[in-house]
Amino acid sequence: MAQITLKNIAHSYMDAPSEEADYALKEVDHVWRDGEAYALLGPSGCGKTTLLNIVSGLLRPSHGRVLFGGEDVTDMPTAERNIAQVFQFPVVYDTMTVRENLAFPLKNRGIEAQTITERVQRVAAMIGMEDELNRKARGLTADAKQKISLGRGMVRDDVNALLFDEPLTVIDPHMKWELRTQLKRLHGQFGHTMIYVTHDQTEALTFADHVVVMHDGRVVQIGTPEELFERPAHTFVGYFIGSPGMNLLPAEVRGDRAVIDGHEVMLGSGYDDLSGKVEIGIRPEFVRLTDEGGLPATIKRVEDVGRHRLVRAEVLGRPVNVIADEGGPLPSENAQVAFDPARINVYANDWRVEGRAA
Amino acid sequence: MEKTVNHKAWFLVLPVLVLVAFSAVIPLMTVVNYSVQDTFGNNVFFWTGLEWFEQMLKSDRMWNALGRQLVFSAIILAIEVPLGIFVALNMPKRGFWASVCLVLMSLPLLIPWNVVGTIWQIFARVDIGLLGYTLRALGVNYNYTQDFFAAWTTVIVMDVWHWTSLVALLAYAGLQSIPDAYYQAAKIDQASRWAVFRYIELPKMAGVLMIAILLRFMDSFMIYTEPFVVTGGGPGNATTFLSIDLVKMALGQFDLGPAAAFSIMYFLVILVISYVFYTVMTNLDKRDGVA
Amino acid sequence: MTLQLENVSKVVSGRTHIYPTDLTLQNGTMNVLLGPTLAGKTTLMRLMAGLDKPSSGRIRWNGEDVTNVRVQDRGVAMVYQQFINYPSMTVYDNIASSMRLSGRPADEIDRQVRKTAELMKLTPMLDRKPLQLSGGQQQRCALARALVKNAGLVLLDEPLANLDYKLREELRIEIPKIFEESGSIFVYATTEPEEALLLGGNTATLWEGRITQFGPTLGVYRQPVDATTARVFSDPPMNFLPFEKRGGHVVFADGLDVKATGQFTALADGRYSAGFRPNHLALERPGPEALAFDTTLSVSELTGSETFIHLDHHGQRWVGLVHGVHEFEPGRSLDVYLSLAHIYIFDGDGRLVAPATYAAAA
Repeated sequence: MAQITLKNIAHSYMDAPSEEADYALKEVDHVWRDGEAYALLGPSGCGKTTLLNIVSGLLRPSHGRVLFGGEDVTDMPTAERNIAQVFQFPVVYDTMTVRENLAFPLKNRGIEAQTITERVQRVAAMIGMEDELNRKARGLTADAKQKISLGRGMVRDDVNALLFDEPLTVIDPHMKWELRTQLKRLHGQFGHTMIYVTHDQTEALTFADHVVVMHDGRVVQIGTPEELFERPAHTFVGYFIGSPGMNLLPAEVRGDRAVIDGHEVMLGSGYDDLSGKVEIGIRPEFVRLTDEGGLPATIKRVEDVGRHRLVRAEVLGRPVNVIADEGGPLPSENAQVAFDPARINVYANDWRVEGRAA
Repeated sequence: MEKTVNHKAWFLVLPVLVLVAFSAVIPLMTVVNYSVQDTFGNNVFFWTGLEWFEQMLKSDRMWNALGRQLVFSAIILAIEVPLGIFVALNMPKRGFWASVCLVLMSLPLLIPWNVVGTIWQIFARVDIGLLGYTLRALGVNYNYTQDFFAAWTTVIVMDVWHWTSLVALLAYAGLQSIPDAYYQAAKIDQASRWAVFRYIELPKMAGVLMIAILLRFMDSFMIYTEPFVVTGGGPGNATTFLSIDLVKMALGQFDLGPAAAFSIMYFLVILVISYVFYTVMTNLDKRDGVA
Repeated sequence: MTLQLENVSKVVSGRTHIYPTDLTLQNGTMNVLLGPTLAGKTTLMRLMAGLDKPSSGRIRWNGEDVTNVRVQDRGVAMVYQQFINYPSMTVYDNIASSMRLSGRPADEIDRQVRKTAELMKLTPMLDRKPLQLSGGQQQRCALARALVKNAGLVLLDEPLANLDYKLREELRIEIPKIFEESGSIFVYATTEPEEALLLGGNTATLWEGRITQFGPTLGVYRQPVDATTARVFSDPPMNFLPFEKRGGHVVFADGLDVKATGQFTALADGRYSAGFRPNHLALERPGPEALAFDTTLSVSELTGSETFIHLDHHGQRWVGLVHGVHEFEPGRSLDVYLSLAHIYIFDGDGRLVAPATYAAAA
């Protein structure tokens, strides 16, 4: 196992990239610490799979170096990097039994039979397929096949990293729960370095200690789930994490107040003068509907999702989502919305601005 | 998803059924008719029962032809299938050269049977043919009109040249349907080239390969035109395969009764062997469910 | 207009896909078919559309028997999980195709196409081919094609299942709006309870080929008739804990003994099951009367703004859903709280005996 270092990595699928837009992956400089679980999160086309393939060696970056431990592996083929990867669609060897499938990577490396038997047994127990070891892989369900792919990765105990490329895409929703939980437990038990690519926030946040949010070929924030929720570094993170995403209102910021169309809103801390496009962001969870003391709002729709209500309101011409508890009355006329000052983030040109210490 | 049952759909198939009746069923019944009767011309027929069948089953001539036929088909399959797979594995996967390969590969398939025969007949002639002349010049004792071995080699090489591309194209289509992830996973598992072939490519090609084998078997079992044009079944009876023998009997000697019995048995042999192939093919899929 | 299924069933080679079902859908309503994969949602839709013939029973439109009428003659539009458009036509031609087939005048077609494209936010893409669009736009195009047909019955079979969740979020908001503008019967199949709640209207919960309950969505959610419905209409599934009513007391399986109040008061003595939703488990005591349970946390999952906690309570596996981002060490012990008002009571056969008091009030 090893620490993985990406040094000024960038990649373009074009032969002669000239400008920044030609790059599918803009410059990334990052260290994946040994034994931690990372998630690469972003919508399709954000460059997350490109980044993963550079780590696994299926793709050679246009610029920069990849280091495993201290060793430069940029030009090393995938087979020699000693990594394991689970793909979006389950890859199993159809004509082999489950046991043979699990033993395959070990056999290819010339490991002795006794050790293979032990490890296969152990991995089968982990993925819960002990009873199906002698069954042919063909004809198994998609999630069983995906468990085998996962098992083939786990069976080698010397891998540098375990990589996952949207591994739960073809899994039935009800099985996703189980596999996700199992993965997390396996990481807790064995402590491999794991990198997990997904567009699903629940998968990413649940799985990883650190989530790398990508947008348009760029890493916009690396943080714990809590940081992504409470202090999104970029408006995209605010939008992408959380359902519904963060509300954004264009404002002028003066010290510890924000002014929206002449209405003042208190902020949690003070700010220096800001230029460019200035906005304040507040999550729907931290917006309250009230009768007085807030900004005037019109309630457009109320969607009762059982455990809470989603109120779609319009505040000074901008849509604002509010999450209200189940039950309890909603103000019907002269509704106002109030923001929790400590939960307001300030953005200049889409990037979060840190407030002055109070 | 199950299909909607609609009985009116039968009307749409009706014209085809009528056509098939005229083109296949009626001629076949005529053959059956001939096989149980004898005639001395003038449209006078005598009932002979199964006499022709008995005679044919006892004749060495038919058994020899059948033996030659089976050996020929076996050799053809043994060469064309591995060769076709080998070619498919080495064809470029995509891009300009892939298209070039595909076009070149399809060329032999577009040439009519008798033209293929003629080409090879001339090509292999020892007096004016490029191949025959060159071989002679190199000191090889080659003459397909006189030498048993040379005649067989010529017919086999000709068939391989004509039909290997079919196997290759089918195998290529099978290979194209394998997602990249499989190859990537195999790299990560450090699978050898042989293991990739054995556990990924071959299983994924199995379906189309069975179709290729079935097609090649049926076609080679009925081969007529090419050996007829090149060797005329000789030297002696060396390349007299079933259909050549049958035509000799029916049209050369005008023994309609035995020839009809012969062709019915011929038909049954093909039917049985194809059925065996088909059963093996479908079981291949089922068998793997539970080992 | 109404669509009526009378005693409709579907049996395929000896296996029952749909048990005899009665269902009446009213004009201008949104009807959600909610159930897990293979519950029979697609089969039921195919029967409604006329793509399959029922093994028994009748299907009526406005009282008229259409069981044997072909799907082409029924006025049905359908949208699938896969994005199905004509790949060689532009978005404009895709939307116009069905109207052109029915031979409507060109200016009317043009007007309709532009109106629908505007509604589905496709106006800038009218000249593009479907494959040049993103998944969300492709599905919008498929939806537009279905809407413009102006069919009496619009069937949507998990239309958002193949989309990224952010796109799903956007379309989920748009679909009810579109629906409000049309006067058709909408039938929407989904596996996700939250989607059903966002769509509103009526919901039929399906389980193993049977409709377990049909009624206004929130009504079914708040007052499920049995434990199966409650399980289907809760994601993660509802939690259960057996208890016994003895005299004036309620004794839970873990030995917890409380005085019977609220919905427990009128209960006859006997064995029952208490059901409660994940979001009603609280980490802090909500009131003095709340029950406290000691549990072991097996794993916690974060959705961005909420946390799922998987708990083990003396062998019972529960899931809790709490607001905010909480990261707990797996294997630690955790006290959770539950208000009596949030407990549904089911009898031994899984039938609802008494709804939770909070739900009865709502």
